[in-house]
Amino acid sequence: MVPLWMFLLVGAALFSIGAYGVLARRNAVAILMGVELMLNAVNINLVAFWRFKTPLDMSGQAFAAFVFVVAAAETAVGLAIIIAIYRNRKTVQVEDIDLLRL
Amino acid sequence: MNVNFSDLNFLPWLIPIGPLLAFLVITLATNRSRLVPATDSHEYGGHHPDYDGMLVPVVTPQSRVLSIVVGMAGAVAAWLIAWRVFFAAIRVEHFGEETVYTSGLNWMSTGLTTFRMGVLVDPLTTVMLFMVPLAVLCIFIYSIGYMAHDPRQARFFSLISLFAGAMLTLVVADNLLLLFVGWEIMGLCSYLLIGFWFEKPSAYKAAIKAFTTTRIADVIMLLGIVYLYSLTGTLNFRDILHNQAVLDQLANTPALIFGGLSAASLIGVFLVIGTIGKSAQFPLHVWLPDAMEGPTPVSAMIHAAAMVSAGIYAIIRMYPLLEAGGHPHSGEFVAPLTLMAVVGGFTALFAATIAVAQNDVKKVLAYSTISQLGFMMAALGLGAYVAATFHLITHAFFKALLFMASGSVIHAMEHGEHHVHEHGGHDAHPQLAGAHPVAELPASTESAAVAHDDHSAHGHDSHGHDAHAAHDTHGHAEHDDHSAHGHFDPQDMMNMGGLRKTIPVTALTFIIGGLSLAGFPLITAGFWSKDEILAESYHGLTEGFGPHAFVFVMLCLAAFLTAFYTARQLCLTFLGEPRTEEAKHSGLGGPSSIVSITMQLPLVVLAVFALIAGFVGVPSDFPLFGAIFSPEHNPFHHFLSYGLLIEPPTIAFNIIPVLFSFGVALGGLALGYAMYGRKPLEAGEPDPLIAILGPLHTTLKNKWYIDELYQVVFIQPAQWFSRVVVSEFIDRGVIDGILHLIARVFTFIGDFLKVFNLWLIDGVSDGIPMGIGNFGRWFRRIQSGRVQQYILVALIAALLIGLIFIVSAGFIQAAG
Repeated sequence: MVPLWMFLLVGAALFSIGAYGVLARRNAVAILMGVELMLNAVNINLVAFWRFKTPLDMSGQAFAAFVFVVAAAETAVGLAIIIAIYRNRKTVQVEDIDLLRL
Repeated sequence: MNVNFSDLNFLPWLIPIGPLLAFLVITLATNRSRLVPATDSHEYGGHHPDYDGMLVPVVTPQSRVLSIVVGMAGAVAAWLIAWRVFFAAIRVEHFGEETVYTSGLNWMSTGLTTFRMGVLVDPLTTVMLFMVPLAVLCIFIYSIGYMAHDPRQARFFSLISLFAGAMLTLVVADNLLLLFVGWEIMGLCSYLLIGFWFEKPSAYKAAIKAFTTTRIADVIMLLGIVYLYSLTGTLNFRDILHNQAVLDQLANTPALIFGGLSAASLIGVFLVIGTIGKSAQFPLHVWLPDAMEGPTPVSAMIHAAAMVSAGIYAIIRMYPLLEAGGHPHSGEFVAPLTLMAVVGGFTALFAATIAVAQNDVKKVLAYSTISQLGFMMAALGLGAYVAATFHLITHAFFKALLFMASGSVIHAMEHGEHHVHEHGGHDAHPQLAGAHPVAELPASTESAAVAHDDHSAHGHDSHGHDAHAAHDTHGHAEHDDHSAHGHFDPQDMMNMGGLRKTIPVTALTFIIGGLSLAGFPLITAGFWSKDEILAESYHGLTEGFGPHAFVFVMLCLAAFLTAFYTARQLCLTFLGEPRTEEAKHSGLGGPSSIVSITMQLPLVVLAVFALIAGFVGVPSDFPLFGAIFSPEHNPFHHFLSYGLLIEPPTIAFNIIPVLFSFGVALGGLALGYAMYGRKPLEAGEPDPLIAILGPLHTTLKNKWYIDELYQVVFIQPAQWFSRVVVSEFIDRGVIDGILHLIARVFTFIGDFLKVFNLWLIDGVSDGIPMGIGNFGRWFRRIQSGRVQQYILVALIAALLIGLIFIVSAGFIQAAG
């Protein structure tokens, strides 16, 4: 059976890739994708900890399901915002979206 | 405690409520007015010579009606309740000995004790409850007519309601402090009402004079109240005055100051001084004649029903305390009694002499009031408790009557003046005058004969009218005999004469009141009460008591002068022929007009009482009359004496003081008639008294120069003191000097601090914001607006914190 640390390793790798995407990309859609990666890394951790530590308690699974839902909602809203910005500014580059800056 | 107003113990609470509520309602709800330029088309020109060219607030018609309705409702309610209590009380056998109507509630806590406030109806209150509401009601009815055209009528009704409410509060009060509250509210009301026509400088000056003069006395009275409370711990009348132990204790305690006096006497003297101010006794009488500046119903209120009666009422009320330690009936006098006897006796004569030489119809009455109050005061000083109360009641009736009748006379004269003003030019043509509306005719149906006389007189005088028809409205002064005055004075008796024809009802009632004042024997109320005072003083005289002898002599002379000036007034006003055009045209607007009815109905009511009120107090051993009116005992004396612990003795009938009463009253009236009535004064003829008295007449006319004396002795030094000492020396010299010095010191300190301020404080306070600014300028660089940069920082921070947690967890594990 695959040991726990492997799952954690995959989770950490995914999280790091996501974090890099969020920090380094200039395209708002890519940033959003990075966020999704980070959320899924968390989900992997949640499910792995559930399976290895408290298999009789369903709360780990339930929590993961909630994270999916929230992530989906967040993506929907985020994409809607990005599309709205694109329609107005003809760009999705985050440096150019600086109306509120001094 | 169950409050049940059908219980007579609680009912007296309601007596003052009506007028007090009326005051609130009128003041808050009905005092609406609008500003209207004063023109001759308003009918209040007679009262308000100074309104010309001003904007005056005129009460709206709704407010007029409402204020009358509300004011009358309050007065009627008070009257009905008071008489309900009165008739219940007089049916009780020996009322006042054990039974009184009283109830109270806690007012305020004073340390260990609680001060209670409440109502008390005992025999003295009962007789006041007969007189006061009746007089108040008459005055209210009269005011409807008298103030009908006044622009501030609602204000008048609200104030006079408050006045009445205060008087009734004072009457039903069961303790000295509540009495004092009513007393002071009346002082305020008298101030406001004397100064009611405050456009006139004389009116507001008189108001201030009345207020300050009475204030002097009130402060001293308050001292007495406070001293009494500190000694006994209560101010309840029943607890102090109906308790021989307390009275004895007070009489035996030496006073704080004035070593020779007992505490009771000192308190008594303080209270008497309060009354000297309130009841206008010498030397604080000066405010009362000036109080005539107010509207006439107010004069009646002040002089009969309320204010001055309140002063006498207060000392009658406190009489057992004033008397404590002495026994005037056996010649043992204590300080307050002697003070009252001397002041009262002196004032009675003093004011009577002044009244002799006055020409103003109201001033004569004002001085006669002072004189009559002196009678009461002197009587009380002799221990004639019942006689003083009796005279208070009868005097209230005939003096209210006289004042309101004189108000009618003045109103009639103003009407005449108005008529001459308006119609002076037209009256040369009688047929035109006849075409005027009835209401504008001087005396229309009240005296058709005079109206006829008018026309014929104008016919003779047509030449003069042609001459002044060309003048403007003031032209009438040209042809009057008193043209030297410039302004016509409707109160001057020298301008009157023959008014019995134009205002017969007023004339008749005025004469009844005058005869009662003069003490016309047997049929008037004034005779019986005055006779009782004289009898009491004569009784003491025969025993050889000094104060009695003094009072007897003074009062006989005063009574003689009273009869004389009354006869003079009646003759000058009503007998003979009119001495001016105004008198000829005087009238109250016809018998059916509202003014005529409301101003004369109360006169008739009061005239009845001015005649019959004396019969309740006829001594039972008086020949014939005693057998008719008081077969068993003197009812008034009998009823009142149960309010006291020691029943005042009845004086056996003695013919000599009665003869004196007859003599002075009839003699004075006869002399007055002989001088003024037999051959009435012609127009422009000087007063025959001037020739007889010579320079004394001038002195009397100027009121013994008391006002001038006070001007020199008190007012001018006070003004000099305030100007020279207070203003120039203390204020500008000392206080300003100190202030300037302080200012200079502080300027110096300020200069020093300014330097300090410039380098240290400014340095610090400029440095801090500059530092913050610089820091901010540097620090704001990290706020780039790049979210990714923020997240990077946050990530690094999270990693660092996580690292710290792990490391510290490792340490803890290692340590644990």
